Amino acid sequence: MRAHPAEYELFAPGGLSAVLSLLAQAPGAWLPIAGGTDVMVQYSAGNLRARRLVSIWNLPELRRIEVLSDEMQIGAGCTYTDLREHGVVSREFALLSSAARWTGGIANQNRGTLGGNIVNASPAADSLPALLVYEAELLLVSVRGERRVPYRDFHVGYRRTQIAPDELIRTICLKRRFSEYYAQARKVGARNAQAIAKVSLAGLGRLADGVVEDIRLAMGSVAPVPLRLTETERIVKGRRVDPVLVQLARKTAAAEVRPIDDIRSTARYRAAVAGNLVAEFLENMSTNGSIT
Amino acid sequence: MSESPQPVAKCEISLTVNGQVVTVCVHAMDRLLDVLRHELGLAGTKEGCGEGECGSCSVLMDGMLVNSCLIPALQASGTNIVTIEGLASDGRLRVLQQAFLECGGAQCGICTPGMILAAHHLLRKNPQPTVEEIREGLSGNLCRCTGYMQIFEAVAEAGRREATT
Amino acid sequence: MKKGSIVGASVPRKEGRGKVTGQARYVDDMVLPGMLYGATVRSRLPRGKIKKFNFGPGINWNEFVVVSPEDIPGKNCIALLDEDQPCLADGIANHPEEPLLLLAHADRHVFPKAVEAVSVEYDPLPAIFSMEESERLSQIIWGADNTFESFVIEKGDVDAVWENADHIVEGEYTTGAQEHLYIENNGMIAAFDQRQGLTVWGSLQCPFYVHKALMKLCDLPADRVRVVQMETGGAFGGKEEYPSMIAAHAALLAIKSGKPVKIIYDRMEDMAATTKRHPSRTRHRTAVSKDGSILGGEIEFTLDGGAYKTLSPVVLSRGAIHAGGPYYWPSIRIRARAVATNAPPHGAFRGFGAPQSLFALERHMDRIAHAVGLSSVEIRRRNLLKPGQTTTTGQVVREEINLGKLLDRALELSDYYAKKEKFAAENQQGRQKKGIGIAAFLHGAGFTGSGERYLGSVVGVEAGADGSVRILVSSTEFGQGTKTALCQIVAEALGLRYEDVGIAQPDTKEVPNSGPTVASRTVMVVGKLVQSAAAGIKQTLTARGMLGDSYSPEEFRAACRAYVAEHGKFRCLARYEQPDDVAWDEKEHRGSAYAAFAWAVYVAEVSVDLATYSVSVDDFVALQEVGKVLHPVLASGQIIGGVAQAIGFALYEKVIWEKGRMQNGQMTNYIMPTSADLPAIRVYFEELGNVHGAYGAKGIGELPMDGPAPAILNAIEDALDVPFNSIPLLPEDIFDALAERAAPESAIPLARGKP
Repeated sequence: MRAHPAEYELFAPGGLSAVLSLLAQAPGAWLPIAGGTDVMVQYSAGNLRARRLVSIWNLPELRRIEVLSDEMQIGAGCTYTDLREHGVVSREFALLSSAARWTGGIANQNRGTLGGNIVNASPAADSLPALLVYEAELLLVSVRGERRVPYRDFHVGYRRTQIAPDELIRTICLKRRFSEYYAQARKVGARNAQAIAKVSLAGLGRLADGVVEDIRLAMGSVAPVPLRLTETERIVKGRRVDPVLVQLARKTAAAEVRPIDDIRSTARYRAAVAGNLVAEFLENMSTNGSIT
Repeated sequence: MSESPQPVAKCEISLTVNGQVVTVCVHAMDRLLDVLRHELGLAGTKEGCGEGECGSCSVLMDGMLVNSCLIPALQASGTNIVTIEGLASDGRLRVLQQAFLECGGAQCGICTPGMILAAHHLLRKNPQPTVEEIREGLSGNLCRCTGYMQIFEAVAEAGRREATT
Repeated sequence: MKKGSIVGASVPRKEGRGKVTGQARYVDDMVLPGMLYGATVRSRLPRGKIKKFNFGPGINWNEFVVVSPEDIPGKNCIALLDEDQPCLADGIANHPEEPLLLLAHADRHVFPKAVEAVSVEYDPLPAIFSMEESERLSQIIWGADNTFESFVIEKGDVDAVWENADHIVEGEYTTGAQEHLYIENNGMIAAFDQRQGLTVWGSLQCPFYVHKALMKLCDLPADRVRVVQMETGGAFGGKEEYPSMIAAHAALLAIKSGKPVKIIYDRMEDMAATTKRHPSRTRHRTAVSKDGSILGGEIEFTLDGGAYKTLSPVVLSRGAIHAGGPYYWPSIRIRARAVATNAPPHGAFRGFGAPQSLFALERHMDRIAHAVGLSSVEIRRRNLLKPGQTTTTGQVVREEINLGKLLDRALELSDYYAKKEKFAAENQQGRQKKGIGIAAFLHGAGFTGSGERYLGSVVGVEAGADGSVRILVSSTEFGQGTKTALCQIVAEALGLRYEDVGIAQPDTKEVPNSGPTVASRTVMVVGKLVQSAAAGIKQTLTARGMLGDSYSPEEFRAACRAYVAEHGKFRCLARYEQPDDVAWDEKEHRGSAYAAFAWAVYVAEVSVDLATYSVSVDDFVALQEVGKVLHPVLASGQIIGGVAQAIGFALYEKVIWEKGRMQNGQMTNYIMPTSADLPAIRVYFEELGNVHGAYGAKGIGELPMDGPAPAILNAIEDALDVPFNSIPLLPEDIFDALAERAAPESAIPLARGKP
């Protein structure tokens, strides 16, 4: 353990508004900590620059899931276990369910939160590609009020988001219009559990008579931010899924991603696998996913 | 060049550990793992990695399996913690511990407390798990000695024995 | 084995209760009054002259105890085979993480900052990081020529075989470093007082290695150094030599401060600073006749030893002796060499050189098969050793081992032929390719050659005043079942119940030196001695008429009580004597290398995912002949655990080096298999007995490390029709190889991102 506990303050003001007041008092001075599965790892390694932390673990306002007729509202403080255990999430947002299932082991799923995953903003984060294809919207809250932002714009650069220093994510909103879609997600890690993604794909698609009516592809670990493959989507949409399209999609995806060499993998591997995952998605969708 | 920060004051934190209410005077950011081992003398919970990967530090917090190396003391305030020391008194867990002994589930023993907590947590949620479910339930607990198979057998055996009692 | 006997039964683990209830005491669980914590200031350079230490601002240095080389009472070395490794760098740092200074303080939290605050001025020196660089001699970093050890094993007339060879097959095979990743990091507590001397408690395999090193370092006589092993959370060889270093550090701080000192590494420090498996490079050149018989060959076996000698000569020896595997070589020349690089010294790790050389050999056998046009099975069958033939060192195979039948049984258990055919058909299409591969191998148990004779191990069995029986050995328990197996042996030998026999915790003050707990020797060699000492106890009682020919456990206890009351201490010692048929020439590396070999054939079934290039081991058959299975659950546990570690060695565990320093020293980045990554590992035993082992047992702890990696890579080649000759083999490597072979039009243009 490489940090001295005596050098860190941690407060748990208890309610959301108390937390927001604290954040507003000294914007940027307080680092929110929910389940701690990211923050505490940095702390233990002696790499946590923040010295003042405010606990947002288990705040009732943040840890709830509301099912409205057209939208799911998932509190940012919901854990991966909360997501896994929720029936509507499992039925209608399978990509989020699978992301929750392959994040860490059970102990980390019990503490890691969706909001934490978003705000930590690692490009390898497990749930972010799913949020991109579900076109999530985030409710951000501060003493100044609430604002709703499309998730697709939220990440502005490597580990940088639109969140203001006095803001928290309160809710992740997902429109309930994807149950008819073919959904497939895949995470490629160094091992089958407890692995940081080397490449991951979340995909949604809809076929009509073998033609791609809609397609959404998002990937993790292939760019500084989670990436929607808009170019690949563009060349696939409106076309018939056949071996020629699959190969074209493979090549386009491999060229669209912007991976790097790092301690976990190589850029060329990631690009090739990205292409392969997209090809696999299209093939699977065409075998399993015809709606009409 | 930043000056040395003023040391943060300790605070009193109360929590229930193995059925007993205790109050400790610690820093808010002391790890629950260290509170258990150093303040409360409960050395059964182990540190293997300090980064939430190995699961040797697993305990139950309000019935949930967690890695105590990643929990700040303040967040454990008011919670109900069960460590390996707290399992022996519960009749059910003696079955699990006995199964570990008979099936070779413990070799060097350092992962064993965390592994038993994880198995206990699994069996409570899923009393008759399949091998795949055991594999998944324990996937956050690393063992370097056994290759896992005899651990799975111990958990499956414990589940079977529980079903017949 | 008669019914109801203890040997052969899966009795409860002797110390198991403490382990499953959290009561077992490991070194970090112990606190002594007034105890300080210690930390180590380490070199950041791979090589350089140390000019000056600067103790930086912001730290109250008065609160610290500081130890530098000047504080060492005896010789600044960690005595092992040689004395070249300093305890604290002696004016020159030779590897990253080399210990330079030691600090102690009452509050363990101060350390990361305090250690950071010590800055070191160096004159950097050029450093080398690979075997090839070391061999080129562009920098001499150790001795006259960077060579810790080299020797040649020769049999027959190798130079004559090439002319008549129908095939000459060459290959080069490499293995990377491997981290032990015991779940309990290294730790030690030391305490010193003028009256008692020095005591250390810690996580360790070899109490008397530590004892010897501390005597030399602290200039203390044997009876003023005491080493106590605590419950040890995994070792695998990683706590064979390294504990002497951390014990030395704790001891120096304890001596200087006058207080007990505890040093516990965190995971990052343990991974970066302690020993790893020796990286290896093996070059084969083999002469083969057209019917597949090996005529002879040359093997060049090279190990990277890191910066100091430590145990490299012995690892080299075992690796070289195993380099020919379980085959008959009419002639062979094995040139073995261990060279120095500027990395933390590499050390003992389960298998100890054999996993490296056997990886090369078993991959090479498949290469020979291809060259000759025979199957993987047939090439092995034609060359497997038969009783009466000699090994590469000229040792005659005396036991009635039928390796052809062992091979057949492994093939049957794994359904090899049917699967091979099925996979070949299914691989024509689909998203994955499957393959099946085999490895045949052996592992010599006990110390190599004259090693056991030099050790002269001594054991004791003692009966107490209450009639209880206790075993006295320095052999340590670290999960492999030492305590259980030795108690089974004594209980069986004395006709007692298993519960009646205990074993003393290894404490150099209390137990004789039964040798280090390494080399798969404990059950076989130490067990046989313990059996002997137990027989001595019984004989003493029967000779005095205090015990009949048959008796109950209660009668035995009564007899012991009576003996102790009359004569005082009742202890019987037994000392190792080399059997007549184990003769070894150390200089020539010829003769009987080991008292016994265990034999094995492993079969691995894999699938390679064509989208991700990941390999999954789907089924694994581990069949071995082990003399006698003394405890079925423990024995299986050893095999399964070893196979799991070897799967890691083959497919997952890569040490990423940057100028001699491990870059991925965290569990999140150094990947060992989780429960979700391993198949059901199916274990089968055969038992031929062993006259040199307790109740016929052979050593098995290291055997399972030797076979899985080549079996898996053979299976991958079967699946993909692409040979891989280097481990660890990662998906990225498979991708690179497949991409290279792919047609140009498949080449994928990349949009490279910025890191």
